Amino acid sequence: MDRREYTNIGEVLYSSVLPNGLRLNVVPKAGFSTRYAVFATNYGGAHRRFSLDGKTVDTPAGVAHFLEHKMFDLPNGDNALNILSANGADPNAFTSSGVTCYYFSCTEGFEENLRMLLHFVSTPYFTAETVAKEQGIIAQEIRMGEDSPDSRVYYNLMEQLYSCHPIRDRVAGTVESIAQISHETLYNCHRAFYAPSNMALCVEGDVDPAAIERIALEVLGTDCAPVPRADFGAPESPLPAISVRRETMEVSSPLFLIGSKLDTEKSGEAAMRQRLVSRLALRMLCGASSPFYSRLYAQGILNRNFDYDTDFSAGTGTLIIGGESPEPEKVLRELEQEVEQVRLHGLDEGAFLRAKRATLGSTLRALEDFENVCVSLAVGLFDGYCALDGMAVLESISRRECEDFIIRALSSQKLALSIIEGKGA
Amino acid sequence: MEYSRKELLPGIFLTHLRSDKFKTACISLNLLTQLSRGTASMNALIPYVLRRGTTRYGDMEALSRRMDELYGTAIEPVVRRIGEIQCIGFYGSVPEDGYLPQGEKLLPQAIALMAEMLLAPNTRGGLLLPAYVDSEKEKLLERLRSRINDKRSYSLSRCIEEMCCFEDFAVSRLGSEDEAESINYKKLSRHYRSLLQSCPVELFYCGKAPFKKVCAAFKDALSAMPRGEIDYELGTDIRMNAIEDKPRYVEEQLDVGQGKLVMGFRLGECMEEPDIAAIHVFNAVYGSGSTSKLFMNVREKLSLCYYASSIAYIHKGLLLVASGIEFDKFEAAQDEILAQLEAVKKGEITEEEFTAAKRCVASDLRSLTDSQGELEGFYLSQTLDGLDYGPMELAELVEDVTKEDIVSIARSVECDMIYFLRGPEAEEASQEDMEDGQA
Repeated sequence: MDRREYTNIGEVLYSSVLPNGLRLNVVPKAGFSTRYAVFATNYGGAHRRFSLDGKTVDTPAGVAHFLEHKMFDLPNGDNALNILSANGADPNAFTSSGVTCYYFSCTEGFEENLRMLLHFVSTPYFTAETVAKEQGIIAQEIRMGEDSPDSRVYYNLMEQLYSCHPIRDRVAGTVESIAQISHETLYNCHRAFYAPSNMALCVEGDVDPAAIERIALEVLGTDCAPVPRADFGAPESPLPAISVRRETMEVSSPLFLIGSKLDTEKSGEAAMRQRLVSRLALRMLCGASSPFYSRLYAQGILNRNFDYDTDFSAGTGTLIIGGESPEPEKVLRELEQEVEQVRLHGLDEGAFLRAKRATLGSTLRALEDFENVCVSLAVGLFDGYCALDGMAVLESISRRECEDFIIRALSSQKLALSIIEGKGA
Repeated sequence: MEYSRKELLPGIFLTHLRSDKFKTACISLNLLTQLSRGTASMNALIPYVLRRGTTRYGDMEALSRRMDELYGTAIEPVVRRIGEIQCIGFYGSVPEDGYLPQGEKLLPQAIALMAEMLLAPNTRGGLLLPAYVDSEKEKLLERLRSRINDKRSYSLSRCIEEMCCFEDFAVSRLGSEDEAESINYKKLSRHYRSLLQSCPVELFYCGKAPFKKVCAAFKDALSAMPRGEIDYELGTDIRMNAIEDKPRYVEEQLDVGQGKLVMGFRLGECMEEPDIAAIHVFNAVYGSGSTSKLFMNVREKLSLCYYASSIAYIHKGLLLVASGIEFDKFEAAQDEILAQLEAVKKGEITEEEFTAAKRCVASDLRSLTDSQGELEGFYLSQTLDGLDYGPMELAELVEDVTKEDIVSIARSVECDMIYFLRGPEAEEASQEDMEDGQA
């Protein structure tokens, strides 16, 4: 395995690509009790249309998430979640628009648990009966999501921004869409996307990298399947489909999200740089120490539930800023003015240097979290960069790049506003 | 990890954990005070008002900038309820010097800033600024109102409120809207001064710096704290039995698609001399994890709910079972949740269930040592109980728990309150019609 030292952050990374195409990253950590492993596939809620055996396959919304739920069933009637839990591990999984991750953390029996993780994720077993039963459980989960104002305000925004890209749909699908899922659908999706060549394994903790590589080869074999290509549909316009959307729900004060679509760098260091630039720029524009946030906070327009982020998945890039506010339109207007100031006068050099310092600290803090490190590594492997290079790349970012980002990504015609108002409002 | 503890100044205690494995150090400062209806909101408001500005860094922007300069040192307000003790103060995370450009010495500066936030707020005429108090009061009211947004946690806290309506534990960590409404800057300033004088203070540090250095930095930063008579008479009143013969029942209606059933239990006599390790294992066998009876039976086998799990509030001697269900599954879910407890009482615990529960609890405790935030919470809670052993020692105790211990805890548990959050009355519609309507 390749060994690389990151002296600036005190980490060592072992990496390799196995003959079966699996990309492997291991970060050994002596002195920690927890061992964490994530087995991820480059397949999520947005990968709805793809080609398999030369034919185009269309699948209903919610398949990737449904598949994630069903993967834990083993052919002998056992459930991998129960086996891992009974063995003292803490297993779970999640599906986003871009990836599906299966993971566990444990303090003992790591290698045994790792074998089980690799085994169950690579062993499809579905029947008409188990699929029907799961439809009931997931329908409940979907309803719970529909009751959640946070989830509603988010998906409304995604529908406003994207006119056809499947990222606009709920990852879990709808009660109707999941009713169309059969066990054949699940087998097809598993065959297309769960080959080691489309997957990554990332591990952190007091572990032996060579042993992990050996186990992965033993359990997964050496066959290297071709990597499938998903079709996300026609390219989207850079502008939102709908600028403002409101809905009422049982909430105490209005929730809002402001979003825009970003041009995306496809992969490699450029892709990572774009992620870092966008977050650094947003920190300066509307972070905790920005004049914008402090002013609106003092005026009672914003509170501590205010955040910003960018998400890059399934070929899209989305910027999201939001929280709670009695006057979401005012937040949008003030944000537009702030962007105009940047366009006219640029960003303050002192603020830029402070933001870089603060990012250094928050990057160190994020490195304390095994799950965050392993999932970031996996996403980086799919997008062609190494997440641990972040600190070094950060150093090289210029103020000008941040200004350009703000002016391009946050020009007013690109912004959409999604609001959930209280029923009494 | 080396544990040390010392009283630095009158009523001001430092718990120090030396560890080389983290990239950031953690510091916290907590004022301890009795949770009560008249003061909870004032207490909860204070750290947020103090976060608005100090004499040197007059407003939030200046204060946040200072933290940016200290390489993203983050010092934020924390308000907790542990049993019936309300802990208010700040939690800070400070990058370790070894990862910064040479010569930086952040820790003393970060500790000084935290102390300045506590002791030297931006005031006029000795009073907290009305603008800051009013604005934070408004935000506190928003937070109190917004608890309805998350139906899962809302239903939990409603069950506690109803169950403990005669006890202080019913008071939320943020107090109530009524109490918060009545706060003004003069009243709050007086209350703030009296807390500084009388509250025991718990300091916590976990990181690379040696004990002596951390002691010196905190002592230096807090030496000007005006102290009077310290109120050590803090505690939690534990009620052993249910209030009435049969569990009380409260139902509430909101516009939701999924019902929330929360059942409140008293842990009962086992709280007279609580065996903390055994209570954790009992909770894991019954309902807290994915090997528990509630998860395996109520959720997996019978599909009665989307989630069903139990939470133990050990300081107060409560156990809550929370579940998300279809409205018409209310009876069936309730019966099954009680039936599973009955099974534990009868000792119907398989060897697998028992071993898995112990493994799970021990593993959670061991992995807690990898997170500074969790270590901080663990040691604060230990301190309030007068205990000084760490998570590794508790994990050892877990290994010694027997099935008999668990059965005897289960037998002392008593259901006291059933709370059900349901959707609006359907207009004469059957459940099936409702599902079609949503479809």
